[in-house]
Amino acid sequence: MVVVKPACYACYVDCQILSVGEIFWSGTAIRSLNGDYFAAMTYIGHLSGTKDDLTVIENLRISSALAGFEINDAQASEALEYMGLGGREALPVKVLSQGQRRRVVLARLLVCKTSLWILDEPLVALDVMAVRLIQGLLEQHLKQGGIVVMTTHQEIDLTATSTTQLHLA
Amino acid sequence: MFMWIIKRDLLLAMRRQSDVLTTLFFFIIVVSLFPLSVGPEMSMLRTMAPGVVWVAALLASMLSLGRMFSNDYLDGTLEQMLLSPQSLSLLVLGKALAHWLVTGVPLVLMAPVLGIQYDLPVEALFVLTTALLLGTPVLSLNWRHRSSTDFRIARGVLVSLLVLPLYIPVLIFGAGAVEANMAGVGFDAHLSLIGAFLLVSLVFAPWAAASSLRVSLE
Repeated sequence: MVVVKPACYACYVDCQILSVGEIFWSGTAIRSLNGDYFAAMTYIGHLSGTKDDLTVIENLRISSALAGFEINDAQASEALEYMGLGGREALPVKVLSQGQRRRVVLARLLVCKTSLWILDEPLVALDVMAVRLIQGLLEQHLKQGGIVVMTTHQEIDLTATSTTQLHLA
Repeated sequence: MFMWIIKRDLLLAMRRQSDVLTTLFFFIIVVSLFPLSVGPEMSMLRTMAPGVVWVAALLASMLSLGRMFSNDYLDGTLEQMLLSPQSLSLLVLGKALAHWLVTGVPLVLMAPVLGIQYDLPVEALFVLTTALLLGTPVLSLNWRHRSSTDFRIARGVLVSLLVLPLYIPVLIFGAGAVEANMAGVGFDAHLSLIGAFLLVSLVFAPWAAASSLRVSLE
């Protein structure tokens, strides 16, 4: 795991703007495999990508469909339940608190089975319980051989074996 | 995927009906004000009907199109669309289709009713509706360029001017079809030309819009 400054995200995520150097995914430059790379990657940034007028479950189903993973209501409910949003599936996102919105977004990590997660400050606005929940998710993902690239301002304890931390002033 | 985008945009339109109704009422009001303000002279009304209806339809669809991509841009949906393994052009096409269903179709359906105010004969009403049916999707498709470059260039006049040349042919042939019909000449050529514009837009507009979206988010 590498902790990088947010500005670097643009490079990982959108290879087009990278002027120097090259990023490789499975041995091929990501510049030349747009679709395949995006299919293996989940990016969660500062912007939520949720629609205020849609319900929690609609938001999750639509955003995961956009990422190429079509899920049914049951799968979506299960993920939301896990994220502590059980019973709130039918509420429009606009009535949720900042932390709850964040959980709706992060629920995508549960349903999109990608191997690379790029997370830009995923812990913002989350309470202690939720932070622990996300930490568990990250551990599990790493244990299964996944890759996480994330930035954070919080201290985060991960027991995974291969983590690299960059401390940037 | 294509269906998901359409479904999402229709759902959003249902939840936020004021946006859709604004467009429709704008169209109705503009078209209805003309007969009231220029007086009840039948021959004059009949002559100006096609032009007024088409200009109103164009302005009404401009009114709503500005919002479409800017909302997605602000809440981060656009970012996710660009990172989607799905083809961006297809997503853009889906959005344009949803936009047309929400704003274009109601305009087309209202047009014959509004045309009665101008004392248009039944056949002219039919031609007007057909022309709008073919022409309004072109408006929905081509607007993308503007709304996507909006984020970079100051929202405004310059970009509107850039996109206007794309609309003018549709406007001319759309209004021309009705005039030709009333003058007793064939209107097929006009409709065929609008149809051709529609086909060209269907092929090129989503692709062009997708590239401009990519550029705008870099």
